[in-house]
Amino acid sequence: MVVRCEDVWREVSNYLDGELDPQLRAAVEEHVRGCRQCTAVVNGTRNVVELYGDERMLQIPLGFSRRLQQRLGQGVGRSPGTAFGWMMALGFAALLLITFEVGNSNRSLAELRSEMARTSAHIPPELVVVAETDGRIFHVPGCRFILDKDHLKTMTSAEALRLGYAPCVRCLRKYLAETHDLKTEDETAGLETGEPEQ
Amino acid sequence: MPETTASLENAGDSWNEQTLIRRVREGDHELFYELIRPYERRVYAATLAILRDEADAEDAAQEAVLKAFKNIRQFRGEARFSTWLIQIAINEARMRRRKQQAVTMEPIVDQPDEEGRYIPRDFADWREIPSETLERAEVRERLAEALNSVGQKYREVFILRDMQQLSIEETAKVLGISIPSVKTRLLRARLMLRDLLAPGLGGGWSKVRGAV
Repeated sequence: MVVRCEDVWREVSNYLDGELDPQLRAAVEEHVRGCRQCTAVVNGTRNVVELYGDERMLQIPLGFSRRLQQRLGQGVGRSPGTAFGWMMALGFAALLLITFEVGNSNRSLAELRSEMARTSAHIPPELVVVAETDGRIFHVPGCRFILDKDHLKTMTSAEALRLGYAPCVRCLRKYLAETHDLKTEDETAGLETGEPEQ
Repeated sequence: MPETTASLENAGDSWNEQTLIRRVREGDHELFYELIRPYERRVYAATLAILRDEADAEDAAQEAVLKAFKNIRQFRGEARFSTWLIQIAINEARMRRRKQQAVTMEPIVDQPDEEGRYIPRDFADWREIPSETLERAEVRERLAEALNSVGQKYREVFILRDMQQLSIEETAKVLGISIPSVKTRLLRARLMLRDLLAPGLGGGWSKVRGAV
């Protein structure tokens, strides 16, 4: 089989992707060996594929990840369609109420807590926890499920609950296990609990 | 970017991804970012390829990720999760582009007849480009400029196939075109980019090489 320059140009993409049958591939390579122009086309096209295929060409703007997480956090809080989603939506609405309450309100804590916080009675009140500045969840320091580690507030769990944060169901699962049946499936599957790395 | 838990890139297997998908569906919504984190660059690259504006692309990328979250129950696992996610991003960007009703001039490098032959315009041989050149922002910018000047239908195929490493079949599915069309457009995109970047044209690449 003999191929011409036009054939090489037409097949160069398939050639680089390894999609030519052996006979055609051999013919292309034979032609390229003796043709400077086609050598240039093949080499140049290969360079294009390699350069653009480099991960460094997939750059994201500074702060992109953080902004995406923030947007996602807002969207997750308003997600419809699931019982948990509605519970979180109610909890978020409760948090909004808490935010606009007078700071020195004399209401009982039981009335101010979100649905999730209401089930957190077993968390030691003096346990040191962290919460994201713009978040709704409090965690054990170092929890792997903290989304924004650059903007954290440290407080006790009692204060976190008072402020309306809900406990992380992963790093604080042992305190919640009595009220939520969280342990069996994930522990059986050997999944991470969110406990901080040692 | 905050550190994550068992990163999919570290775990490197679809089992973890399937587990994350299941848990998100079951209500662990906070895990959704962990699920899409390995693909956020690709999502952004897909929207940027169509919208060609960083702010619009970022907004579209965010919206696409949100839509993926809200529709996670509709993901059936017939395709890769990344492919499904990128498809949502492409659709979102295309919808925005239509709404913007931007007038885009098809660059003269486009060949009007997709099925006709593409004849390379330059035969200068650039045998090897050091990968370290990509560390330089101006090199990446030059490559991005060249890509932006290629017609949209070629650019989309090239982004998905050569930058996002989708297969020919996945690219065809995401874009809603045939496999032969993918191959034809990919060939043209590659050759056009080669011509835009070839040293013999005296374009930006020769200047960049001089700077390197």
